[in-house]
Amino acid sequence: MENSVKNIIIVGTGGQGVILASEILADVALESGYDTKKSEIHGMAQRGGVVSSHVRYGKTVASPLISKKTADILLSFELAEAARWIPFIKEEGRVVTSTQKIVPPIVSTGLASYPDHAEEVLKEHSQNPIIVDALSIASGLGNPRLVNTILLGIISNLLDLPGESWKKIVSERVPPKFKELNMQAFAKGQELSA
Amino acid sequence: MKKVLSGNEAIARGVYENGVKYASAYPGTPSTEILENFARYDGVYAEWAPNEKVAIESAVGASMTGARVLATMKHVGLNVAADPFMTLAYTGVFGGFVLICADDPGMHSSQNEQDNRIYGRFAQVPMFEPSDSQECLDMVAEAYDVSENYDTPSMIRMTTRISHSKGIVKINEEPPPVREVPGFKKDKKKNVMIPAYARLRHPLVLKRVKELKEYAERTRFNKVEKGDKAVGIITSGISYHYVKEVMPDASILKLGLTYPLPEKMIREFADSVDRLFVVEELEPYLEDQILAMGIKVEGKKYFSILDELSQDLVAQGFKEAGVYDKDIPQPIPQPEGTDMPRPPLMCAGCTHRGLFAAINKLKGIVHSDIGCYTLSVLPPLESIDTTLCMGASISMAHGTAKAMEVLNVEDQRPVFATIGDSTFFHSGITSLLDITYNKSNVNICIMDNRTTAMTGAQHNPGTGKTLQLEDTIAVDIEQLVRSLGVERVREVDPFDLKGTIEILKEEAAFNGPSVILTKKPCVQLLKGVPHDLYSVDVDKCIGCEMCQKLGCPAISQGDVIPSPNTKKIKRHSVIDATLCTGCSLCEQVCKPGAIHVVKQ
Repeated sequence: MENSVKNIIIVGTGGQGVILASEILADVALESGYDTKKSEIHGMAQRGGVVSSHVRYGKTVASPLISKKTADILLSFELAEAARWIPFIKEEGRVVTSTQKIVPPIVSTGLASYPDHAEEVLKEHSQNPIIVDALSIASGLGNPRLVNTILLGIISNLLDLPGESWKKIVSERVPPKFKELNMQAFAKGQELSA
Repeated sequence: MKKVLSGNEAIARGVYENGVKYASAYPGTPSTEILENFARYDGVYAEWAPNEKVAIESAVGASMTGARVLATMKHVGLNVAADPFMTLAYTGVFGGFVLICADDPGMHSSQNEQDNRIYGRFAQVPMFEPSDSQECLDMVAEAYDVSENYDTPSMIRMTTRISHSKGIVKINEEPPPVREVPGFKKDKKKNVMIPAYARLRHPLVLKRVKELKEYAERTRFNKVEKGDKAVGIITSGISYHYVKEVMPDASILKLGLTYPLPEKMIREFADSVDRLFVVEELEPYLEDQILAMGIKVEGKKYFSILDELSQDLVAQGFKEAGVYDKDIPQPIPQPEGTDMPRPPLMCAGCTHRGLFAAINKLKGIVHSDIGCYTLSVLPPLESIDTTLCMGASISMAHGTAKAMEVLNVEDQRPVFATIGDSTFFHSGITSLLDITYNKSNVNICIMDNRTTAMTGAQHNPGTGKTLQLEDTIAVDIEQLVRSLGVERVREVDPFDLKGTIEILKEEAAFNGPSVILTKKPCVQLLKGVPHDLYSVDVDKCIGCEMCQKLGCPAISQGDVIPSPNTKKIKRHSVIDATLCTGCSLCEQVCKPGAIHVVKQ
């Protein structure tokens, strides 16, 4: 039973779209007939702080939280955040991250430094991390906001949720006039992890 | 139909499905979204009250017409509302009354982590504790029935993890039942709590508790899940799911009603297992009561009073107790250098930044309050000296100034109170009366950013709109404070640093109360409004970092400035054009004149 629950932790910084991505994933799990729970913290953290969302699905899910070293997927919208959350990934888990760097102002005061070795950390502590410049790809497709859908496209290939459910929920969740563009972005993500 | 809903969304749905039409609340994380969601349903009335005490009283008055009513607040809000709540437990209700109270274990967005289950027991009212979103919806229905059947307010105690976690909920798509509202019925002995009548009500409270104890034994929300006899666990709320995750084979007594407790059920459960534990967040609320029943039980010895629990902490506790023999996976330690802090900051273009940059120049004593501006305590601004609770900045500033005056404390520093518009309406007005009535020398900065910003931009009595977006009055703060006896009111533009400093200096020099008022809308309300941008001329920037000391998220360090002095490396500043909102404060502090406006 314990092993039948999939754990996906989605991280980034305030305003990047972490919460929306986790909502889409939870809706896809529901659409696919699974029990699902997700958890995150709203409030102060959103003023430029770290945002993390835990999504779990399976036959039945008890806790809405993911334990350290049990995440099947760590999906990050920001490079340093991927490295921060690495203790959550299980041994055979996969890391997917955008290479975007968001440097907090505290770095400029000299009180902290940005982990420039983040990519090496991911390669050292996880198998075949998928590290993509999702922002450039999104801009290339015509809209930087497509990062979210590209990243979801990537993880859709790593999960066992039916493609039909993904298509239905993603198209419901995006503005109608951007539906086609989002479908392209989703397909692009799938190519990146094929 | 099934939907993925947060605990707060499920509460709102449940309230709607049960024919409730009247709700009052003051926003407060993690409870805010309950009323925001409820307000969107057809045919309901929902309001932001100026504070939690008013919210409960408003709901009580509505209940007296026979309508079902709702009041919601965060845990510390019930401290403000405790006065009506404690006596409401005596008067009882007419239409069903449910109070939803959301605790914040771990203090994600709060000043303390008090356990409000103690209030349920204190007021002796039925208290439900949902474990997930589906239970939120189900317990709402039960809480209204219990409220009406036992003539009592009901309380639902949430926590951040329940309010903000999402799960699958079965919703009823039928329109809600139409409930007759008979109108106000006079009943003085029930509703006028003079001592003589209150003495008649108190025995009824005790009688009600006795009846509720019987109800506690039979409600479906208290249930035993039979398992291995070796370990029995009594638990409630989110802790139940952590227990299920960690100890799926143990015997469990899940309590959904945690006041009053089902003593018979607890005794029988205790007798049926070899070793009894309580797993609960925060205080030993259940544990103490079970110990008082003379039952041997273990709890806080293994599960901390501090912070939230998690399945990891629950596993660790049971391991220490010697009843969990599985290996706890040892995660890799945090890789070196990957724990870069991202402290929350006031936004780029925040209207509070200029005022705090100016206050810093006066080297005074700065009492502050609950809101976004509390973030000004963090580097690099580090402007404020105190924050206690809603409205306290003004009364504490009065106390500091008055004590310095009457006790002849050798201290010439000016005393400031800094408070936002919504917090001032909440409980700053009475504090200001203390200053004017008792004549103290305080400079009260009311930072009116035209919204309740910290909780996500809710309307308040100063904005001209209600929760349901009807037009209404917008309280004129200047007129209000003048009528409270303040003679000196100065309006400042917080984006004019020099002008703000000048006025603060003048008011600090004046002996007596003065109000310094800012009136710029929160930058979050101005999204999409065209504005100027600023940029740094790298040839002129000398790397003095004055602009960086404003703590603006849009300003960061760029490349090293070439210099023969290799000992002291200086870097020029960079302004992120995607974050800059054109407030111009950085230009004003830049002595070499390296920051310029780029017209859009």
